[in-house]
Amino acid sequence: MTALLARRLLGLLATLAAMSALVFCTLDLLPGNAAEMALGPDAAPEAVQALAVQMGLDQPAWVRYLSWTRGMLQGDFGTSTSYGEPVAALIAERLALTVPLALLAMLLTGVLALAVGVTAAARHRSATDTALMAVTQLGVAVPNFWLAILLVLLLSVQLGWFPAGGFDGWSEGVGTGLRTLLLPALALALVQAAILARFTRSAVLETLREDYVRTARAKGLSERAVLWRHVLRNAMIPVVTVMGLQFAELLAGTIVVENVFTLPGLGRLVFQAIGNRDLPVVRGCVMLLAAMVVIVNFAVDILYAAIDPRMRGARR
Amino acid sequence: MSRRPVALYAGALLCLSLLAAAALSFVWTPWPPFEMAMASRLQPPSWAHWLGTDAYGRDVASQLLLGARASIAVGFVAVAVGMLAGCALGLLAAARRGWLEDALMRLTDLGLAFPALLTAIVLTAVYGPGMGNAMLAIGLYNVPTFARIARAGARSIWARDFVLAARAIGQGRWAITLRHVLPNVAPLLVVQATVRFGIAILAEAALSYLGLGTQPPQPSWGRMLSEAQTLMGQAPWLALFPGCAIALAVLGVNMLGDGLRDRLDPRLRRL
Repeated sequence: MTALLARRLLGLLATLAAMSALVFCTLDLLPGNAAEMALGPDAAPEAVQALAVQMGLDQPAWVRYLSWTRGMLQGDFGTSTSYGEPVAALIAERLALTVPLALLAMLLTGVLALAVGVTAAARHRSATDTALMAVTQLGVAVPNFWLAILLVLLLSVQLGWFPAGGFDGWSEGVGTGLRTLLLPALALALVQAAILARFTRSAVLETLREDYVRTARAKGLSERAVLWRHVLRNAMIPVVTVMGLQFAELLAGTIVVENVFTLPGLGRLVFQAIGNRDLPVVRGCVMLLAAMVVIVNFAVDILYAAIDPRMRGARR
Repeated sequence: MSRRPVALYAGALLCLSLLAAAALSFVWTPWPPFEMAMASRLQPPSWAHWLGTDAYGRDVASQLLLGARASIAVGFVAVAVGMLAGCALGLLAAARRGWLEDALMRLTDLGLAFPALLTAIVLTAVYGPGMGNAMLAIGLYNVPTFARIARAGARSIWARDFVLAARAIGQGRWAITLRHVLPNVAPLLVVQATVRFGIAILAEAALSYLGLGTQPPQPSWGRMLSEAQTLMGQAPWLALFPGCAIALAVLGVNMLGDGLRDRLDPRLRRL
């Protein structure tokens, strides 16, 4: 287990290093001059030159790359060109919204998907199964931002149950904060839950055909005990992997959904930074979002090996 | 299994309707799609304007027909880019094995950590928003998925007896790849292409909603939704129809994919 952990950790570090190089190259080398981008096409050449020196752009690319990565390791993501504040502080402020939003959405996704997937599988080929699968087929096809707009239209504009957008921070209390985040999280979760529910159903049906399930039934266990104690535990393994992969889609989804609800999160920050041509912010946010995806998948891998000894030897 | 052909036919019907809508928009629309008429702005659906009019008095039905073009164009290009590049890389990895395969698979791992939207945002930050960059970004995002599927499929084919026979009669690696491996993994790739087409339509809509995808005046379902959102209180139907169009298009493509998978590769049939 320790050897595996060490090997996976090395792999993770290599991936993060490759990722930072990729992000740096696309954002810093290709467009020519970051100072030109920050000031726009009409800026005076002298001003561009001055800013370039101030941003350290007169140094060779590898020096800039090393100083950027060294800074990140120390928690310094550079200074925003549009806000004039440290990028790390801007990001930290926004994470207080985006992380709870993503976690709440993931929680809703898991609960909904398991309920629907297991119910459908337990009543395989019944009317319930067909109806649930038709709903999920539709759910997969619906864009999450449209769902968000419809939810606002129905629950906020028509019924007034939820705020239509904006976020006053956590100072009003956790309950108020969560109420604000519930609709955006639901919009994100419903689509992902539809995908996961279909997958859960297949995994449960697959497991139901195993020999140990027949044994469990033969020794007289109730159908409920078979389902919860034997089937679900085994079916959960592939389901958890898919959830790990879905986390990437969820994080990307926050960019759109935060814009629907005008929530001051990481997604809105990166989106506005593009509008402001604020390269240090875009670079920091993209790096952070991608790193979160890799780290979550790393955690899922390790979790697996801890749960299932069979996974320890095998390379994915 | 009586339900199988139903999905295939319903999916094919929806996809044909989508193509027909886009084709129709070149020769006929109920109203001139770009004609603004301030006198008849924000009208609810009626006999004259079947799906109502928008904030500039433009006919929503006509805009929707034109919007189908953007969705189809982005879907086709993004899938083609992803399939050609990904399939080539996957087949190469399976044929060469060794360090090259390892390196290519590590690269796809890396690529999978960047969701389509994030790739697109980086590209638009660098090169500016537009339909071309949106297509390219979604296409790039498709490459690792196709590479993984092509490699997994190709590896199982390489282990088969008929490949051994081909090698025994002295056929080279590339000849075997083209003559034996590719035709056998093609069904997998076709099914995946339909799945990715649906995802591409959704991604294009999201990018256009954010203003990073299809640019005005070319209508796009995603941008129609972002315009509708500001008028939600006065004209809720504006938010309804473009979303329905997106959902129906993706539903059709997905159902067609499910039906094709059952037809082409019975081993993968869903339980």
